[in-house]
Amino acid sequence: MLLEIKNLHVEIDGKKILNGLDLAIEQGKVHAIMGPNGSGKSTLAYVLAGKEDYAVTEGDILFNGESVLDLDPDERAARGLFLAFQYPIEIPGVATMTFLRTALNAQRKARGEGELSTPDFLKRVREAAGKLEINQDMLRRAVNVGFSGGEKKRNEILQMAMLEPRLAVLDETDSGLDIDALKIVSEGVNRLRSPERAFIVITHYQRLLDYIVPDVVHVLSRGRIVKTGGKELALELEASGYAQYQSEAA
Amino acid sequence: MPAVQETVEQVRRIDVDQYKYGFETPIESEKAPKGLSEDIVRFISEKKNEPQWMLDWRLDAYRRWLTMREPAWARVSYPKIDFQNIYYYAAPKKFKAPKSLDEVDPEILRTYEKLGIPLREQEILAGVVREDGSTPSKVAVDAVFDSVSVATTFKEELKKAGVIFMPISEALREHPELVRRYIGTVVPVTDNFYATLNSAVFSDGSFVYVPAGVRCPMELSTYFRINEKNTGQFERTLIIADKGSYVSYLEGCTAPQRDENQLHAAVVELITLDDAEIKYSTVQNWYPGDSEGRGGVYNFVTKRGDCRGRNAKISWTQVETGSAITWKYPSCILRGDNSRGEFYSIAISNGHQQVDSGTKMIHLGKNTTSRIISKGIAAGKSQNTYRGLVSAHRKATGARNFTNCDSLLVGDKCGAHTVPYIEARNSSAVFEHEATTSKISADMLFYCRQRGLSAEEATALVVNGFVKDVLQQLPMEFAVEAQKLISISLEGSVG
Repeated sequence: MLLEIKNLHVEIDGKKILNGLDLAIEQGKVHAIMGPNGSGKSTLAYVLAGKEDYAVTEGDILFNGESVLDLDPDERAARGLFLAFQYPIEIPGVATMTFLRTALNAQRKARGEGELSTPDFLKRVREAAGKLEINQDMLRRAVNVGFSGGEKKRNEILQMAMLEPRLAVLDETDSGLDIDALKIVSEGVNRLRSPERAFIVITHYQRLLDYIVPDVVHVLSRGRIVKTGGKELALELEASGYAQYQSEAA
Repeated sequence: MPAVQETVEQVRRIDVDQYKYGFETPIESEKAPKGLSEDIVRFISEKKNEPQWMLDWRLDAYRRWLTMREPAWARVSYPKIDFQNIYYYAAPKKFKAPKSLDEVDPEILRTYEKLGIPLREQEILAGVVREDGSTPSKVAVDAVFDSVSVATTFKEELKKAGVIFMPISEALREHPELVRRYIGTVVPVTDNFYATLNSAVFSDGSFVYVPAGVRCPMELSTYFRINEKNTGQFERTLIIADKGSYVSYLEGCTAPQRDENQLHAAVVELITLDDAEIKYSTVQNWYPGDSEGRGGVYNFVTKRGDCRGRNAKISWTQVETGSAITWKYPSCILRGDNSRGEFYSIAISNGHQQVDSGTKMIHLGKNTTSRIISKGIAAGKSQNTYRGLVSAHRKATGARNFTNCDSLLVGDKCGAHTVPYIEARNSSAVFEHEATTSKISADMLFYCRQRGLSAEEATALVVNGFVKDVLQQLPMEFAVEAQKLISISLEGSVG
């Protein structure tokens, strides 16, 4: 099992957000997590990535069989965990190209691999950027500064393509995207699907799952997985809404 | 541990205790007796075989200094300095001006190697062509070891171009008329307490004269280093760019680690005539004191440039990461019509450092322009103040200034302050001032760390982004060095 979340309880500022969440993901699979606002979807993404302020009070997260609760965010990243942010952060003055290279080399170093040579790096970045319709000018601009919503999300997928994670968590990557950008981003994700790599796709809407077709769909409500099914579950939800699960969980 | 908290913890430990350049070179040195008197002033002048007028000038400065008081307006605090408890002159012993690097004490050369200035390589490397066909840019180094310039490289090549680049003590003997014409004309003997002290006891420094129409064929560089215990270092630098000439000058500074404070009171004077340009860059990483705030260098420096001719230009770029206390305002007097002054600054304070730095742009001529970009980063328990003056004289029609001061706070025990003075006596002057203060955000650090950067790497990356506008102003080799220095002074990691 690539990822095992066991009975996870999480609080922020004393408020309980996740209440005994269980989830297991095999490599090569795409899991969608759907749920209403405030059900704990983003919290799950942040806790996996190791964001400060989130206190795990019970349970465990195993990545490749190893508990990651005591690992720093960068240590988790180096082990192959990637989070595509719902709201990507701006870093003024740092060129996107520099950022990509610094991140890639930091992860390689942490894994005991050598730095990528400049020509190799440039070749890889140009190839990955081209597929996402990201031009050279955008790579020279500061990370996410002055980027449109669509550019920010494409930039997240570019980083994912460069860092080649084992598990990628996409936190509402569809939010704020028009249909064309949605297609570009989805195709970017689909190209990265492989037997070694798994995805957690967090979304409100079924729409994204027309493009990124999941193997498993989970419904999250009040901090727990309340229903698990195949890709047809997403269509069911689209028709009936989340109301029934909110009362079931209560 | 939350990332910001962690950063704060790191900054508290900062290194300060791990100062990378904290080693001492065991060289016997020849010192004047401790303390200051007319006899000491005479001693220094005599050691340097100076002409009578120079001695008189020094004595005049000394007598004035006795009547002056230390300035107290800066936002810095330190115990009273005992000026009688300082050595005013220290020269490596058995010093005879070397004819070439071979005559230089190998111990001294090793010190420079540790500092990373490849004095010896500089000469060998000249003319080397790299694999990609480019040639390494040349840098001529005038190294000041305590009070005496030990070696001057590239002298020959500069001579061909007609550029004079030598220790000021030597210039006093070989080109006394030039020194006499310009010294003290930008920073007068009476200017301020520390400049006056410097005028009395300055030991050495660099002298540059670029003749009319000459573009100096290489970057000139001085590497200052304070080695001897209790030695004040009082360099005096004088750079003259004659009509239509250009020179870029780099200054780098380090000092070994010590418990007691070392005083450094330098004076730098720049003069540009018609259509001439001087670009003066400083990277300063003097010992900032330990994590308890003990020791460290007091850097009380007067730097001023005079755009004396039409279309003259002076540009100051500084990266300041060291010293316990910095009191420094590299300024431009824009006297010639259409002249231009620039000030680009990165000041990083950490531990218990106190920085009070900025610039003065004095617009006297018509259509003079100036630009100030200042980036202050305060971390640890440090205090970081930008203090600047922009003024337009009555006759400075069409004067323009643009000022941008940004401050970045790392942690919650430091302070950033901005004190701009703006005086326009001419109604056509246009002065713009922008200022921001921000805190390094936890979200930014988390984003970087999620991509694999350690907390230290993330902080360094964000700070390097913050100071990018200024780093771009530095000559290439210096920019790389400065970037490393920024990481070192923020990380607390050595190497």
